[in-house]
Amino acid sequence: MLEIKNLHARIAEDGTEIIKGLDLTVKPGEVAAIMGPNGSGKSTLSYILAGRDDYAVTEGDILYNGESILEMDPAERAAAGIFLAFQYPMEIPGVATMQFLKVAMNEQRKARGEAELTTPDFIRHVKEAAGDLEISMEMLKRPLNVGFSGGEKKRAEILQMKLLQPKLCVLDETDSGLDIDALKIVSDGVNSLRSPDRATIVITHYQRLLDYIVPDTVHVLSKGRIVKTGDKTLAHELEAHGYADIINAAA
Amino acid sequence: MTVQSKLPLTAAETALVDQFGTRVGSLPGNANVVQIRDRAIQAIKENGLPTRRVEAWHYTDLRRLLAGVPADDPAADAADLEPVLSDAVRFTLKNGRIAATGRVESVTVQSMADALRADVSGVSLADHGIIDATGLINAAFVTDGFVVQVEDGAEPAHPVELQSLHDGGQAHVRNVVTVGEGSRATFFDRQAGSDAAVLDTAVTELKLRKNAEATWITVQETGEAATHLAQMNITLDENAKLTLFVVNLSGKIVRQEINADVLGEGADLTFRAVNLIGDDAHCDITLSLGHLVPNTTSTETVRNVVTGRAQGVFQGQIRVDQIAQKTDAQMACNTLLLSDDAGFSTKPELEIFADDVVCAHGATVAEIDHNHLFYLMARGISEKTARGLLIKAFVAEIVEELADERLIEALETRIDRWLEAHG
Repeated sequence: MLEIKNLHARIAEDGTEIIKGLDLTVKPGEVAAIMGPNGSGKSTLSYILAGRDDYAVTEGDILYNGESILEMDPAERAAAGIFLAFQYPMEIPGVATMQFLKVAMNEQRKARGEAELTTPDFIRHVKEAAGDLEISMEMLKRPLNVGFSGGEKKRAEILQMKLLQPKLCVLDETDSGLDIDALKIVSDGVNSLRSPDRATIVITHYQRLLDYIVPDTVHVLSKGRIVKTGDKTLAHELEAHGYADIINAAA
Repeated sequence: MTVQSKLPLTAAETALVDQFGTRVGSLPGNANVVQIRDRAIQAIKENGLPTRRVEAWHYTDLRRLLAGVPADDPAADAADLEPVLSDAVRFTLKNGRIAATGRVESVTVQSMADALRADVSGVSLADHGIIDATGLINAAFVTDGFVVQVEDGAEPAHPVELQSLHDGGQAHVRNVVTVGEGSRATFFDRQAGSDAAVLDTAVTELKLRKNAEATWITVQETGEAATHLAQMNITLDENAKLTLFVVNLSGKIVRQEINADVLGEGADLTFRAVNLIGDDAHCDITLSLGHLVPNTTSTETVRNVVTGRAQGVFQGQIRVDQIAQKTDAQMACNTLLLSDDAGFSTKPELEIFADDVVCAHGATVAEIDHNHLFYLMARGISEKTARGLLIKAFVAEIVEELADERLIEALETRIDRWLEAHG
């Protein structure tokens, strides 16, 4: 589903290289965890997958279902099924959450040549998905993410993911700022989307989230490269011994 | 005033003077009015149109901008215009001549031309001196308009919609609107026309008597070759409350002057403006607001979206008289620039002679937030739609302050149409 080959990328503004020859393959149905210390390039990788233009890819390629996505803008990638759950979702005053959800769903449908949702269908979808995530309709009447608590923002991200039904989900530190109850709600939301034709990349600092969203593979990112790959036991190993041993062993 | 070296008249100035010569005999008015018209055109002939050297016109150099003046075309037949709200009653001028008048209970309406022929009290062609190009051109050429009186204590069941429509040529309109004591009324002020070149001036005197409440919505949708010079002269008596909402959607050279004097204690002015300026348009809002008695309040919020090679201007002057203690005035002007060649000039000006007042002003000029745009696009919203959502959010914030849902919808529909064409 996703094949990242020898990826090199820099911050467009100042040319600092962040991703330095990264290789990663994720298969359909797989949940891949990417773990790594601060500054290893985890968030940068998620932004590059989503198509943020603050980063310039200088070498290598990203293949999604066998085709390069490097020339696609963020909206095209999203319509193709790539979804980034933001670590820090944007607050956008003046844009009502419901309006945003409707526009997003219909724009994606339009891009795929499907008919627009009717308003009753749309509302039904939202109510269903919101209920599971304990999101009130009151909350959705507010401007997008404005005044949402940290936990509400993360749940709203998962709501969007459930409504948009992406094929490749990238969760960037979705666990940060969540208490244990919220972590469980969010994890249940993510797990409900697990399916044989959908892949998920879980980017996280801590092993805690992986108790709830159990990964098939675990990859350690350091200095812009994947330095070790294993199964879920690797996450426990990291939790017990820290990153230093593995990173030093790889160097 | 000493004029050091008199500039030769421009083509536009010459056209104004020449056209006045041929038209003056047919313009309405008694001997007094003719004299005022003569003085007005003399002022233009002697001083020319204002240039950037005149402070009030510093950012709108009318002498340079106004390349020519199309001839008046009395036969022009402008297209009819639906009212903003379906229950509004229309009073329509086409190229400055009355084309249709309606009827609203407890509102009396008469023709400005008739008023100029008689000596009607409260109706004059007063201007603000030799730099008042808008007032002078209008005084010289005004052909008609409406004198509207809302009776004391009345709440008309229908909004009054004053329309000045044109199809090329000229349109010079003057309206005098008085909202009687304790009455409540809503007005629409429509300026619209075809894309043919037109010189259009509109002067409105708006008087709110004691305890009157009014909502006044100006929607300016003139054509792409229109020069639209408008002026509102407003007075608010004791406890009067005015919500003035100006929406500029088009036009080539647009100048909207608002002179408001808050004359009675307890009076309040809420001024909101949305200026959507595209292509090579120039749009200027110049506000001069006087708080002249104690205990009055006002808020002024102007939101601008500028794109293409367009230029926008907001000059906001608030004067607080020495006796006007406890004045509370809050002014803000926020601009979104959508292209590198677009520009906006803001000049806030506070002249405060009282010592116990709260006055503030702020101005921002920004581009669309890069992070917001990325977030929306990452959800599959195309760049054009995402930009549209963000621009609309920026102006919708003040449109949505209006109480009437139908009105919000009517204005947002027009904003959407503009975004569709320019976003």
